[in-house]
Amino acid sequence: MTDIVQPNNAGVQAAPKKRSRLQKLAQNESLWRGITAIAVFLLIWEIGARWDEWFGKEWMIPGVGLIPPPSDVFAAWLKVLPKPGYWDSWYQSFKRVLSGFLVAMIVGIPFGLALAVNKYFRDVFFPPFEILRPIPPLAWVPASLIFWPTNEMSIAFVTFLGAFFTIVINVLGGARTIDVRYLRAAQSMGASQWDLFSKIILPGTLPSIFTGAAVGMGITWEVVLAAEMISGGGTQGGGGLGFFIWNSYMGGSLEQIVVGMISIGIAGYLSSSAIRLLGDWFMPWRRLF
Amino acid sequence: MNVSVSNFDEAKRSMTVSQSRGALSIRNVTKIYDPEGVNVMAVKDCSMEIAAGEVCMIVGPSGCGKTTLLNAIAGFHSITYGEILLDGELLCGPGKPKAEQGAERMVVFQHGALFPWKTLAQNVAYGPMVQGRLSKSLALEKSRDMLAEAGLGSVTEKYPGEVSSGMSRRAEIVRALINDPKVLLLDEPYRAMDALTKSIMHESLLETYDRTKVTIFFITHDLEEAIFLGDKVHIVTTRPCQLKKTVNVDIARPRSYETQSSEEFRLLMEEVNEAVHEEAIKAFKAGERELA
Amino acid sequence: MSRSIEAPTGLSMFVYRFKKSLQTPDPYLTIFGVGLWLFVWWLLCEGLRVDRFDKIPGPIAVFTELFARTPFQGISIFTPEYYEHILVSCRRIAIAFAIATGVGVPLGLFMGWSKRIRDYAFPILETLRPIPILAWVPLSILMFPGFEAPVIFLATLASLFVTTLNTMLGVDSIDEAYFRAAGCLGSSNWDVFKHVVVPGALPYIFTGLQISIGVAWFSLVAAEMVSGDLGLGYLIVDSYMNNVTVPMVIGMITLGFVGWITSVMVRALGNWLMQWHVKALALQGR
Repeated sequence: MTDIVQPNNAGVQAAPKKRSRLQKLAQNESLWRGITAIAVFLLIWEIGARWDEWFGKEWMIPGVGLIPPPSDVFAAWLKVLPKPGYWDSWYQSFKRVLSGFLVAMIVGIPFGLALAVNKYFRDVFFPPFEILRPIPPLAWVPASLIFWPTNEMSIAFVTFLGAFFTIVINVLGGARTIDVRYLRAAQSMGASQWDLFSKIILPGTLPSIFTGAAVGMGITWEVVLAAEMISGGGTQGGGGLGFFIWNSYMGGSLEQIVVGMISIGIAGYLSSSAIRLLGDWFMPWRRLF
Repeated sequence: MNVSVSNFDEAKRSMTVSQSRGALSIRNVTKIYDPEGVNVMAVKDCSMEIAAGEVCMIVGPSGCGKTTLLNAIAGFHSITYGEILLDGELLCGPGKPKAEQGAERMVVFQHGALFPWKTLAQNVAYGPMVQGRLSKSLALEKSRDMLAEAGLGSVTEKYPGEVSSGMSRRAEIVRALINDPKVLLLDEPYRAMDALTKSIMHESLLETYDRTKVTIFFITHDLEEAIFLGDKVHIVTTRPCQLKKTVNVDIARPRSYETQSSEEFRLLMEEVNEAVHEEAIKAFKAGERELA
Repeated sequence: MSRSIEAPTGLSMFVYRFKKSLQTPDPYLTIFGVGLWLFVWWLLCEGLRVDRFDKIPGPIAVFTELFARTPFQGISIFTPEYYEHILVSCRRIAIAFAIATGVGVPLGLFMGWSKRIRDYAFPILETLRPIPILAWVPLSILMFPGFEAPVIFLATLASLFVTTLNTMLGVDSIDEAYFRAAGCLGSSNWDVFKHVVVPGALPYIFTGLQISIGVAWFSLVAAEMVSGDLGLGYLIVDSYMNNVTVPMVIGMITLGFVGWITSVMVRALGNWLMQWHVKALALQGR
């Protein structure tokens, strides 16, 4: 980043020679430091968790001592991997996340664009939107449980809300920062209102739409998880990774709780990677950067 | 207390008379970026001698490696071969690829680098303060004096974001000068300015130079600027950067804007123009080749 | 040379803008918008009593209850319980936010400043970050005793990630030229840290803090809903359990309001600390 922090690693004065890509990767300092850091982290976790096993209960580190060691977590993971119930949890959660997310995109993008394009629309609809926005999505859970006939529908609704506010705000912000020169250039070339919208405003907003989508996806996972944990204990609308964690908690299986956490981490990471890939595909002009 | 007062006096004295220092020798400097990978040669076997107290203008096409040369002198980059000396002392060379950054070589940056979070006075006082040469209050006092001298007395307590680009650029030169540098390194400092502001900047810089006689290493691609300000105009080739031609500007100082309409100015313009135009075409073609 | 233009800031700017805006249709449309929203809410829940909407209390029920001296369902601005819930939530947020800022900002600054620290710390952070905060709920209940600690832990964790990463990005965003200028001017490493890294990252830090306090509220509510004995999240879920819907809506509204206030406070603090930033933006007409 800066010359001040970067050591001057140029061998210089000596004759420069080329290295293969693999050699370069093997000599990449950052990569090795990252691997070391994670290895040390796992080691400390393992030792911290096994402390009481080795030195007796009275030496247990408060809090950390309760967490199962990574080796046990790994063993527990291997045990649940072949079970169809585990994969069904993935499926259930993904289904909820995707449905809530897609509806939020379908409703949120036009709404955000309308707010950005039409001043009167913005004046009327933005204030109530801003009043509702600070309410955390999870605070809606009980109200939507009362309102919607099934648990599944209330989960979908809260999920939708979580992503909706983020997407709208990002779309609105993105559309309003479009350089007015592009619009004038298009107008001077004889573009119609629809051309302006579809050729300038929409592509100009795409980067913000994808930023909003990425953030919204994160919130969606949080909400789905919470909804599954809050309602999952009930009879209807069970399943999902949140329920998997909650169930493991109720059953007292600490290893499975951590397995569930890691699974959700992976699922969340996969979803946000998918959004990034889609973003690259939709916005070829951004690949350069 | 006594110590700081005498420091102050000494600093003030050296501000006004500081001749016969700041001679730069650039000898056979070569810079290759990323020798193990992309392997771009930015500067090739470039040599030039800059006398103490000289205004040396480096002219060349965009992206030719002029800035690389400046960065090497300032100590931002290492060099691959060759050596650079300041007043006979080795800055960088064999065994010491990268020069130390130091206050005797002050840089004024292309887009300006006044700290936006400090007022102009605080910006100017920053150098003497962190070097421990002056206490904070004395540094601020001196900084206000120097800003006033440069015609910025009314805006000393403003943040850079609040003043015009011309003002902030002058303040930046004041920030450099308060450290009593041997060399002033300017990297296209007036690039983004309109012609009117630019001409005022030029006069202000000339006035500063006439007062301090500091060595100036000035990168530009504005030919009029080069001749108007410089003692020597070094025209460099397109990448890799190499000295192509040196034009001596024998127009007497102090110069004013009227100089620019004189006959000798016109003749020099012609001479420089011819050399540069050739390089510009080469650079343009090279750019086309790179994209193809 | 011309004098620089005085940028109107603070109260005079606000008053000027307010007066100016009264001459446009904007404020009236805003009032109309909010009115319309309240009317639709009333119409659906109280006026026409549309099926399913009739289970949700309407605005009249909520506001009469909120301002009632003796509320039917237990919560109004005259009952001490209401303030106790607010206070408990705010205290939790304050502790969590303070810890997250106290750890996250220095960590982020060092990660941005030193490549070595970043190389070690960033991979761990990036491995833990994709795990949703709420997935930590059961584990934190097991790890920490009592009601208070798990809730604070979750809120802290949530804002810690946001604050750290934004601070680091803030340092990344600082123009290389400032580091070079500082180097030229003879700064020590510590000078660079104090005079370039910290102030340069400040705008990003405060953007991060504003997001972070939002995230803290988000996780706090979730944590209070799952495990808690007091607090606004608990109020909402407790009212739901006891079939009293008005305090539930009051809880939601209060939550939105308090969350908004805290975010405004963070922004005000940021503007106060970054006069240079505010003034530069004001001159650009923003």
